[in-house]
Amino acid sequence: MIALPKLALDGVSMVFDANGSRFTALSPISVEVQANKFVSLIGPSGCGKSTIFNIVAGLQPPTAGRVLIDGADATGLIGQVGYMLQKDLLLPWRTVLDNVCLGMEIRGLPLKEARQRALPLLRRYGLSGFETLYPSSLSGGMRQRAALLRTLLVDMDIVLLDEPFGALDAQTKAQMQEWLLHLFNDFGRTVIFVTHDVEEAVFLSDEIHVMASRPGRVIETLPIDLPRPRDRAIISSPRFVAIKKYCLDLLRLEATENASASIAA
Amino acid sequence: MTSKSTTFAAAPIAGVWGLFFRSARAPRPGKRRLPVETEWSTALVVCIQTGLLAGLVAAWEICARVCVIDPFFWSLPSAIWATGVVYFTEGNAVVDISYTFRSTLLGFFIGTVSGGLLGLSFWWSRNYARVMQPLIICLESMPKLALAPLIILVFGLGLPSKVVIATALTLVVSTLTAYAGVRAIDRDQEKLFYSLGASRWQVFTKLVAPACVPWLISILRVNIGLALTGAIVGEFVASQFGLGRTILYAGQTYEIALVWVAVFVLSALSMIMYAAVSWLEGLLRRGAYG
Repeated sequence: MIALPKLALDGVSMVFDANGSRFTALSPISVEVQANKFVSLIGPSGCGKSTIFNIVAGLQPPTAGRVLIDGADATGLIGQVGYMLQKDLLLPWRTVLDNVCLGMEIRGLPLKEARQRALPLLRRYGLSGFETLYPSSLSGGMRQRAALLRTLLVDMDIVLLDEPFGALDAQTKAQMQEWLLHLFNDFGRTVIFVTHDVEEAVFLSDEIHVMASRPGRVIETLPIDLPRPRDRAIISSPRFVAIKKYCLDLLRLEATENASASIAA
Repeated sequence: MTSKSTTFAAAPIAGVWGLFFRSARAPRPGKRRLPVETEWSTALVVCIQTGLLAGLVAAWEICARVCVIDPFFWSLPSAIWATGVVYFTEGNAVVDISYTFRSTLLGFFIGTVSGGLLGLSFWWSRNYARVMQPLIICLESMPKLALAPLIILVFGLGLPSKVVIATALTLVVSTLTAYAGVRAIDRDQEKLFYSLGASRWQVFTKLVAPACVPWLISILRVNIGLALTGAIVGEFVASQFGLGRTILYAGQTYEIALVWVAVFVLSALSMIMYAAVSWLEGLLRRGAYG
């Protein structure tokens, strides 16, 4: 008896036709994500990670294939998943609190009620004292926290995170990863996470899809069987190091193959 | 021993470097400090400003009295002052000022608001924006003041025609500014809204309109000047009241002192409105960003 996957990509592909030349951003891929799992997509830039996110979020219709959420066709539907883009995209004219409330407001919740719901969470997740400030006076890490809370508070089962910590310095990044795991434990969502950082992916995920570019495709799916809850110390455990090395080797191999292919061509 | 050998080794190398490079360099300047200007006190600056102004007025008066400049065309500060007193006590200063003031403010308000809304409306459809864009640019490049006589014919001699001219001047600028604001909106920001399931109306009210507010605020000061220009030109063409009409009338009847009085009153009016709009701008900016 296999549980119905929370999210399934069924032969989703994306081909761009730009003045006569066809560019395959995504060759047909099929991926299943089980509920309450943390899944990462890693791969070189241009491998179609962001394209997958745009398709799942309904912002871009795929050339072929379907997106299934809880088994129901959700291809091209917006507002079915929480989506956090690379930039925090906080509105400069709204306070941190009101920015966090944006998603709920769009869902039709009155602002007052949304504030009541958001306030305790801001306090709990490291943004207390920042509620009435404007985003311009926040550090990068704090802005990302606000952006992530905004995404989580929309109450979507599936959350897409597109390199949320890409622009942060190493120390803040480590802090944010632990913070995210903390949130993941509390909220129990299905998270799909895009990153360039292999260590980050291994540390956070239950499963990693390694992708390759030209055309964008999934070349390997790795289950990460490290125990949860995870502590930073796990990074130096032999198991962790082995998985990380394996991922890096996969990516390196792919990169050299691509390079030799382009030299041959 | 070791330290000695290093010094020996280093010295000739430095010498060689010196031979080849020192001489090639530009000569070093002498000791020079960062130039710093000592700041005068505000009181001193104000004193000098007042003195300059007084000197200028005195020079005008003296030159006109000894006929270095023709007092018929240039008038005298003393005559201007006397005319000003009469204009305010017996003439229709209040009527003129309020007339010009009203047409300016109305034109400013109507032009800015409707121009802003028109600019924002382009967000709704890219096709509509593409159709409208050349028309707006045509309007922008057209000298709108050249239409003033026509506008007077259509809208009559009264206040409405002045308001229309002031509006015409401010409308196009506001439209273009608001449209620039619309185009500056981050596509990713829109993506975020849509990913949250937002309707177009929600994106418009919660993203597009607020994002364009700073753009419109920045145009307020320009617009108040334009609106005043429009109102004055309208009065020049044909009017029964207003400061512009007073200037024209006084000029035609060679009452040069009255021309100057009206010009000074107009300048004062302009400064007051400019200050008020600057204050409003500060208020709005604080409202928009806490």
